[in-house]
Amino acid sequence: MDFTFTEEQQMMAGAFRELLDDLCSPEALRAAAEKRGDESGARWARIAELGLPGVLAPEAAGGMGLGDTDFVLIAEEAGRAALPEPLVEQAGIAVPLLAGLAPHAPRAAEILAQAASGALRVAVGAPGNPFVLGAAQAGVLLLADGDEVHLVERAGVGLVAQPSIDTLRALARVEWQPSAATRLVSGAAGRTAWARAFERGALYAAAQCLGLTQRMIDIAVAYACERTQFGRPIGSYQAIKHHLATVQVKLEFARAHVYAAAARVVDADQRAAAAVSSAKLAAGDAAELAARTGIQVHGAMGYSWEVDLHFYMKRAWALIGSWGDRSFHMRRVQSLVLGGSLPLGSDQTFVRS
Amino acid sequence: MAIDLRYTPEQQAFRAEVRAWMAAKVPKEPLASLDTAEGAVQHRAWERTLNEGRWGMVTWPREYGGRGCNLVEWLIFEEEYYRAGAPGRLNQNGIFLLGPTLMEFGTPEQKARYLPPMAAGEEVWAQAWSEPQAGSDLAALRATATREGDTYVLRGHKIWSSRAVFADWAFGMFRTDPGSEKHKGISFVLFPLKHPGVRVRGIPQIDGETGFAEIYLEEARVPVANRLGAEGQGWHIAMATAGFERGLMLRSPARFQMTAKRLIELYRRHAAAAEPGLASAVAQAWMDAEAYALNTYRTATRLMAGGSIGVEASLNKIFWSELDLAMHRAAMSLLGARAELEKHAPDAGDVGNWLDGFLFSLAGPIYAGTNEVQRNIIAERLLKMPR
Repeated sequence: MDFTFTEEQQMMAGAFRELLDDLCSPEALRAAAEKRGDESGARWARIAELGLPGVLAPEAAGGMGLGDTDFVLIAEEAGRAALPEPLVEQAGIAVPLLAGLAPHAPRAAEILAQAASGALRVAVGAPGNPFVLGAAQAGVLLLADGDEVHLVERAGVGLVAQPSIDTLRALARVEWQPSAATRLVSGAAGRTAWARAFERGALYAAAQCLGLTQRMIDIAVAYACERTQFGRPIGSYQAIKHHLATVQVKLEFARAHVYAAAARVVDADQRAAAAVSSAKLAAGDAAELAARTGIQVHGAMGYSWEVDLHFYMKRAWALIGSWGDRSFHMRRVQSLVLGGSLPLGSDQTFVRS
Repeated sequence: MAIDLRYTPEQQAFRAEVRAWMAAKVPKEPLASLDTAEGAVQHRAWERTLNEGRWGMVTWPREYGGRGCNLVEWLIFEEEYYRAGAPGRLNQNGIFLLGPTLMEFGTPEQKARYLPPMAAGEEVWAQAWSEPQAGSDLAALRATATREGDTYVLRGHKIWSSRAVFADWAFGMFRTDPGSEKHKGISFVLFPLKHPGVRVRGIPQIDGETGFAEIYLEEARVPVANRLGAEGQGWHIAMATAGFERGLMLRSPARFQMTAKRLIELYRRHAAAAEPGLASAVAQAWMDAEAYALNTYRTATRLMAGGSIGVEASLNKIFWSELDLAMHRAAMSLLGARAELEKHAPDAGDVGNWLDGFLFSLAGPIYAGTNEVQRNIIAERLLKMPR
C-alpha cells in the first residue's frame, strides 16, 4: 500500500510545468485567443520534444511505456496552464486507444509511432461527446460509428466549427461517411476500445480540473494580497480567506479521487467506473467553485477581459461538460452505489476484481 | 515508492486477525451512551477487554501496551473496529490526543507512568484547555500554575471538557509566567480530577446527557513532574496535540464510511418516497466518505515515507465535520415524520441512532477548533494570506 508519487513522476511533471510557464504565459494565451484556437505549431513542437505525446505509448512504438499514474500529473499541469493544444486528448486518449487497437488493426499500428512522437495529430470523436476537439488541426481522426472505431483522414471529413466560450478550444461537428476502408474494429473490440477511451477522457478532464482549480486559487490569492480596501489588503478579511480556504479543501479531496482513479482506470470494471465518475465530479465541482470564488474575490475586475482568470474559468466550464457531464457521472454513481451492484464498506475501497 | 493501492499479504492477514477477534469479543448488545454514568462503566469494561487482546492502541510500542503498528495497519484496525460495530472509545482524548503528545514530549518516566494505564482504559483522560473567555482565542487563557518548590498550585476555570465527569485525569494548559500574554508563558500540566482543590461539574448537553463538564481549580497542588515538556513550551505542545487531533487520529475514515453505508441502506428503504435530490445527496456522501478514506491513506503513506502533517490537519477537520453533517441531514430527510422520534419511541421504526448522530454532527464543526479557525489556518499558512 503506497499512495505517493515517485520522485521521477514529480520531476517529470515539474519539468513540464516549467516549460508551460514559458509557453503559456498570459500574453501567449491572449495571442492564441485572438487567433481563436490552436495555431501554434511551435508550442506543439516544444512539447513533443519532451516526448509527452508518447507517455502512454509502448516503448516499441517510441513511447515512454508509462502508465496512467504517470500521465495524471502531466494532465494536471496542462490544466494549470490552460494549454491551448490538445496534448491531453492526444497523449491520454488517442495514443492509448491506438495502442490498444494496434494488435487487431494494422492501420492503427502503422500510425501509432507517429502519434506517439507528436508528428501526427490525432483527434478523437468518442461516443458521448457531440463535438471533436482539434479536428481542424489533426492529420487523422478516430471516429465512432456505433461500436465501431474508424480512422479517417482529415481531408476526408467535413467540419462545422462550433465556437466555444473557451476560445482556446477548437471544437467542430464532424460530417463523414463510415466505410469498410475506414473501419479499424467493430463489435465487442470496438465497444471495449471506446469504453476505455471514454474513461480516460473523463479521468484526464478531471486531472486538468485539479490544475485549473489550483491556478484559479493562486490568481485569486495573489489579487487578494495586493488589492487594498478600507486601508487593508482584502485578503486579510476572513470573508475572503474563508471563501478561498473552502475551495482549497474541495481541491485536496478531489486530488485523492483523481489519483486513485488513475491507479484504477486500467481495470475497466465497475469499480473503475465509480472511481472515474467520483473523480470527474469532485474535480469538476472544485473547479466550478474555484471559478465562482475567483470572480467574486476579484469583484468587478473578475468580470473583465483584462484579468487572466477567465481563461482558466472557461477551460474549467468546458471540461466539466465534456467526457460525461455532471448528470451522467452522478447518475452512474447512483446506479452503481444506490442500485446495489457495488459492494459497500470500508474494506472495499481498494479491492480490485 | 510508487502508487500501488493494494494491501500486502501481511496487511490482509492483520485484517483477518482483527476481524476474527472483533467477531468474538464485540458486545452483541449496544452499550449505554458513554456520556452517561452507566455507559461509562460499561465502556471502561470494554476498554479492559480491548487491552487484554492488546488492541487498546495498536500504533503504540509494545512496552506501552501497543503492537507497534504502522499507520496503514492502524487504518485497517479502525476499518474492522467500525465494521464490527464496536463501542465508541471512552478514552479517546487520552489515546488519540495525549498519547501521541506524550510519545513526542514526555520523559521516559512519564511515558512509563501514563501510557500503559491509558492503553488499558484504567485511567481515562479529559482535555482541560478551553476557558469561559478562551475558546477560539485559546491563547487568552488565564488559568495559572504557580510554582512553589516542587509543586504547582493550579487556579482557574476550565470548560467544555468532554467526559471529565467520568474521567480520572486531565491534561491542561496553564500560565506558569503570571505576567505573560498570548502564546508565551504557558505550560502543559497533567492533573488528577479526583483531587483536593479540583471540582468537576457536568454540563448537560443538547441531548440532556452530561457529555462535557467544567473544571474548577481552587489551589489544586500537583508535582512539577506532572509538567509535559519545558516550562513555557505549553503552546507549542498543545499545537502538536491539536495536529494529531484534527490530523489523522481523532476521526478515522472508517467511521464515516460506516455511516455512509448505513445511509445508503436507509435510502434504499425509503427511496420510493425520497425527492430526487436525496439520491444525489446520498451518492455524494458515499463519494465524500471514499475521498476522506483515500486522502487519509495518501497522508498515512506519505507520513510513513518520512513526511510530516501540517495544514492537512485543518483541511481534514473541515472535510470530515461537513461530511458528517451532510450525511445526518440526509438521513433526517429520509426519515421524514419519524426523524424526531427517540430510538425507544414505540413507533420509532428504523430511526436507530440517526437523531443522536445528527445532534452530534452539529458539534463537529465546533470542537477540536472551529471550522472558522481552521479556515483561517488554511488561508494564512497554506495560501499565505495576510493576517
